[in-house]
Amino acid sequence: MTEVAEHVEVHRHPLPTSFITKYIFSVDHKVIGIQYMLLALVAAFVGMGLSLLVRIRLVWPAEPFGLLETLFPVGAPDGVMTPEFYLAMLTMHGTIMVFMVLTTAPQGGFGNYILPIQVGAADMAFPTLNMLSFWTTFLSFMALMAAFFVQGGAPISGWTAYPPLSALNEATIGGYGQDLWILSIALFCIGSLLGALNFIVTTLHLRTKGLTMMRLPLTVWTWFVTAILGLLAFGVLLSAGALLLMDRMAGTSFFIPGGLVVNDVIIDHTGGSPILWQHLFWFFGHPEVYIAILPGMGVTSHILSTFSRKPVFGYKAMVYAILAIGGLGFVVWGHHMFVSGMSPYSAFVFSILTMVIGVPSAIKTFNWIGTLWGGRIRFASPMLYSIGFVSLFVTGGISGIFLGQPTIDLFFHDTYFVVAHFHLIMGVAAIFGMFSGMTFWFPKMFGRLMNEGLNKVHFWITFAGVYAIFGPMHYLGIIAHPRRYAETTSVDYLAAAGANELHYFITIAAMVTIAAQFLFLFNFVWSLLKGKVTTDPNPWEATTLEWVTSTPPAHDNFEGKIPIVNHGPYEFSVPGNERDFVMQCNAPDAAPAQDH
Amino acid sequence: MASVVTTPEPRLRTPTQSPPLADGHGTGNGGARARDGDGGGPHGSNSAAAVERYKLGVKVGSGGIVMVFAAFTSALVVRSGLGGDWKAFDLPAVLWLSTAVLLLSSISIEKAKRAMRDGLEVGLQRWLNVTAILGAVFLVTQLVGWQQLTDRGIYVATNPSSSFFYVLTAGHGLHLFGGLLALTYVVFRVWRATPWPTKEAAIEGAALYWHFMDGLWVYLFVLLLVWR
Repeated sequence: MTEVAEHVEVHRHPLPTSFITKYIFSVDHKVIGIQYMLLALVAAFVGMGLSLLVRIRLVWPAEPFGLLETLFPVGAPDGVMTPEFYLAMLTMHGTIMVFMVLTTAPQGGFGNYILPIQVGAADMAFPTLNMLSFWTTFLSFMALMAAFFVQGGAPISGWTAYPPLSALNEATIGGYGQDLWILSIALFCIGSLLGALNFIVTTLHLRTKGLTMMRLPLTVWTWFVTAILGLLAFGVLLSAGALLLMDRMAGTSFFIPGGLVVNDVIIDHTGGSPILWQHLFWFFGHPEVYIAILPGMGVTSHILSTFSRKPVFGYKAMVYAILAIGGLGFVVWGHHMFVSGMSPYSAFVFSILTMVIGVPSAIKTFNWIGTLWGGRIRFASPMLYSIGFVSLFVTGGISGIFLGQPTIDLFFHDTYFVVAHFHLIMGVAAIFGMFSGMTFWFPKMFGRLMNEGLNKVHFWITFAGVYAIFGPMHYLGIIAHPRRYAETTSVDYLAAAGANELHYFITIAAMVTIAAQFLFLFNFVWSLLKGKVTTDPNPWEATTLEWVTSTPPAHDNFEGKIPIVNHGPYEFSVPGNERDFVMQCNAPDAAPAQDH
Repeated sequence: MASVVTTPEPRLRTPTQSPPLADGHGTGNGGARARDGDGGGPHGSNSAAAVERYKLGVKVGSGGIVMVFAAFTSALVVRSGLGGDWKAFDLPAVLWLSTAVLLLSSISIEKAKRAMRDGLEVGLQRWLNVTAILGAVFLVTQLVGWQQLTDRGIYVATNPSSSFFYVLTAGHGLHLFGGLLALTYVVFRVWRATPWPTKEAAIEGAALYWHFMDGLWVYLFVLLLVWR
């Protein structure tokens, strides 16, 4: 039934024999993918712990906690976190989550593991480079973690590192936290650039016979476009980071304006522009949003189709929407800077372009619903997470329509409305994409099944939990509650509008939701060790190439027998077929197969 | 069988390289270069597929590097118009020499490629050596340029214009140094004359990168000359 291209006698790289070459410095894309996932898992729990500290500080700004005093003798003397410590936790939470979780897991983790198999390749185009990408990223993570432990502690300038706060030691507690932050980001850029190169060449060059671009699974499309975004965006951040580091260490004045007096110290820099940093940063920063979310869109399309037993509604429209979102992502960075004093004409253009992104996003949402419509839906846990993704994407997207308009953004800028918006769409939605990817591919990756019941409990608590956390923040934004402040409980207009009670509610919801993540962690580890063993190559009755090969896949993915593709990626419920799905490598029909 | 010979080879570790065994892709699925329209199919030899893959890798990588320098350029253009503290200075004269050296090295690496295509191992070796030496000379002349500037009292923090000069030359120098490492590696492998299925791909890839570095320098030199 499965047609095979040719028997391959040459392995791409020899089967590793030692522990080190097999599990640590491996060049196998599957091992590297899992390494990325584990890095993201550790980072996610660190980032979550930091968010808990942030929430605690907001609700109990004066309450002494003995545990905090023991853990952070400098940051929380007498058990109360200092405002600087609060900002440091906030900065590290954002940085860790955006870079080390949202950028690594969907692309470096799942993309690395699945993409070469889905295109019918034995490995990435440049396996050694792939290994270097991961270890550069790992070094970057270590550098970031080191920032906690140096004198002066972690940086306090936010994940956006706006100068002059990020550029002047006089403005902060001093020390090397910010320098380590920049070093970490620079390393991360290099690792991501190398990774992006590999993804692009693999997709363009290593597709198996018959796998045209328009037969690629939408997951591959999103990883491919994400790689292009990464390639074009991370270089800019690298440049900006180099300039910022020079402002800090070499006495240059790229971003530091003249005439500053900070903490009673006269700053002898002249003529630099903090706005220049904002432009460079957001030229990277906005594509970064799509780097985080696009793979989640891909996996959602993939799973909605598989679990409704229907082809993706409007495959071509989906592809063009992905390309449009990727392209538009590069021309809207100014909407992060409406209050920076930019010309209203520029703001108008950025605003219009931002609104235009609503069109491909709406196409995608419409097609997801169209895919579900009339399907024979199987409510397995990957499907639940994917439907959760659609819900969060819509909720987070709608608040974006408000923020994209300069007149409304003038009010909402730097309020909790923004916090709610980007957490829902960029943070939580992307993380739901990771959950659905993990539950979907877990049997393939590890040859064991996850506990379905635990997954469902985790889904419902998390789904309700994130809405309970971020839903009320929209209201906080509407009552003009500024973000990033360590202490707002005694502000009259906020207290009068009920902000204190809401913050209390949000913190409790966050605690419950964070606790539920340990349920997922437990399920992950337990299933890895004790889960039901499966050798079924295709437990979900899916159509793409990763479900053809053995579970878990062999070292070179297809044991030398690379399949030929004859079908589109989502041929479900094909009339006249004995089963309700046609795998991509099945023999061609008597009638020519319908290309999507 | 060729694979038996290549398997025990040490793994290649330069950025433009990947394990020699990755070369098996071509045999793996009959020229895995699926194309729209024909949907792939067996075409091109094993080595031709590797050459194409390496060249594509260099092109994509160059795209990333272009963005690095595009960001520097836009920062330079914006910063030069701000603050009113921008002061132009004369570029060190030795940069003309370094530019000439780098242009020559592009010619010599083309000579190396010609020699390889004609099967002239000695010629290939010689022209690769020449290119690597010219690359090293370029880096030395750039350092001399820095020396000339510091002798005139122009340091990194002296003025934004000098800051950008040092940033751009150092950024380019670092990337060229990477190319030089790759080239040295290729020279070493050719010199050892061991069987090497990806030799052609590595040389083609390195040459493409070298030309890109050359073009990038010419662009930066013109930028530094014009935007003062």
